[in-house]
Amino acid sequence: MNTSIIQSRPDFAAIASWIPEGSAVLDLGCGDGSLLRYLRETRKVCGYGVEISDANVATCIANGVNVIQNDLESGLADFENDAFDFVILSQTLQATKHTEALMKEILRVGREGIVSFPNFGYWKNRTQVMLGKMPVSNDMPYQWYDTPNVHLCTFSDFENLCNTHSVRILERQVMTAGKRVVVFANLLGSMAVYRVKRAG
Amino acid sequence: MSNSVGIVQAQCATFEQPLIFKSGAVLPRYELMYETYGTLNADKSNAILICHALSGHHHVAGYYADDTKNIGWWDNMVGPGKPIDTLKFFVIGLNNLGGCHGSTGPSSIDPATGKTYGSSFPVVTVEDWVNAQARLADQLGIQRFAAIIGGSLGGMQAMQWALAYPDRVAHVLAIATAPHLTAQNIAFNDVARNAILTDPDFHGGDFYEHGVVPTRGLRLARMLGHITYLSDDAMADKFGRELRHGKLNFSYDIEFQIESYLRYQGDKFAAYFDANTYLLMTKALDYFDPARDLDSDLNRAFAAAKAKFLVVSFTTDWRFSPARSHEIVHALLHNRRDVSYAEVTSDHGHDSFLMDDAQYMAVMKNYLDRVGEECAR
Repeated sequence: MNTSIIQSRPDFAAIASWIPEGSAVLDLGCGDGSLLRYLRETRKVCGYGVEISDANVATCIANGVNVIQNDLESGLADFENDAFDFVILSQTLQATKHTEALMKEILRVGREGIVSFPNFGYWKNRTQVMLGKMPVSNDMPYQWYDTPNVHLCTFSDFENLCNTHSVRILERQVMTAGKRVVVFANLLGSMAVYRVKRAG
Repeated sequence: MSNSVGIVQAQCATFEQPLIFKSGAVLPRYELMYETYGTLNADKSNAILICHALSGHHHVAGYYADDTKNIGWWDNMVGPGKPIDTLKFFVIGLNNLGGCHGSTGPSSIDPATGKTYGSSFPVVTVEDWVNAQARLADQLGIQRFAAIIGGSLGGMQAMQWALAYPDRVAHVLAIATAPHLTAQNIAFNDVARNAILTDPDFHGGDFYEHGVVPTRGLRLARMLGHITYLSDDAMADKFGRELRHGKLNFSYDIEFQIESYLRYQGDKFAAYFDANTYLLMTKALDYFDPARDLDSDLNRAFAAAKAKFLVVSFTTDWRFSPARSHEIVHALLHNRRDVSYAEVTSDHGHDSFLMDDAQYMAVMKNYLDRVGEECAR
């Protein structure tokens, strides 16, 4: 199961590489719980997910993953300050409405945050916009009229947000089609995973 | 009824060892009625205890040979292939102490006096019930339950198990419940109790000796309770402002359909339920508060728990609202206990926990399937 998960979600391997064994982890928008399950099996984490969808909650439970059904937009009131070593927001940032407030909550509840999202500035996306179309890609597989994504951004945009909101970027892994990208990341990278913490 | 446990038989367990209540009262000897479904496996690791709510009892699933219409109160949840799967689990339902379905209670004969206990039956708490349930488990040879499951007042018992007997329960399923009642909730119970206490036929609880039953009080208590178990929307959908005779009669007879429904429910309940049991059950609800002696710090109370938890609430339940379940979840998270929480969208208010709802059933089934796998290992 692990191999197929990693193939379909290349960000999972990057996330797992940053998480020491036995960490306490909160996965926001945890979907069917596959990341938490992967982290439990490979990193023996003590993990919880937050998920709003009924179907996903039922699947998490079937997967034996701890899941708290809640709308993460309404805050993380169930969770205390510094309750987790890591709070993960995997491919969900771009679909959140109160992105700014959520970033604050992530770093209140977690000692570190791990955030992955698709890069709107990836050259193929830029090309599609230049051709007069909203981009559709593997990382953003939606039409403009049915997309859940409301806050798409480029890597530069995200890094600016971190700068202006006292968020320190500890590490970044950029990738395209599962392969690491090291040069011209904001142009050549289709998605990235960031490790962040409160500055100061 | 292929997915029914079929014909079941109630059993009676007798306990000769005195039970000391939280209040200090002592019951020298008592009996508990119970039923079981499914088969206890060789290492006795597949037992599930079902704790009942205010008006529940030991008849959880199936039906009686001589009364096939008398189907258990949670038959939709318990049976072969159902979420609480009797092909995998050995399921126990019991009638709590103080009940009126055969277990020792206020309407039982006190062997010391030869008369009904009536007003002399001790005020019983959730803790007392759980202690009595533990003795039933001892008698059945069950050291550790695979799961203990309860809704509402039953959920309080399931939680209490995890706090008082942390090594004797692997999973707790706490449904539509709360870590303690709010003032509003106690207030509803007190109005219900007052309806009974002020009924002239109550005779201070010793109405049995007078050959009467405080039907009016019990009926009012149930009518009030029933309102609080339903949601505003469910009532509006089911009854609206519909008139029974299609026009206003300018009288105090039944005019609106909701009045007819409530009175019917009240009458039905008063015909079989015991007034003293109703008082005891509501008092047990009011008293439950595991954080009371810990500076009201629920986090500290749950530090004792070792079980894994599934907490379930229902969106329209205003008597045991989702916010109350969040308190339980919060305390479990604080203590880093395994917990999942499902908030089920349902129109049926507090009663939702007894209803069929696809999402609710899926959550229960998925969770218990995992529990079943653990038992099989």
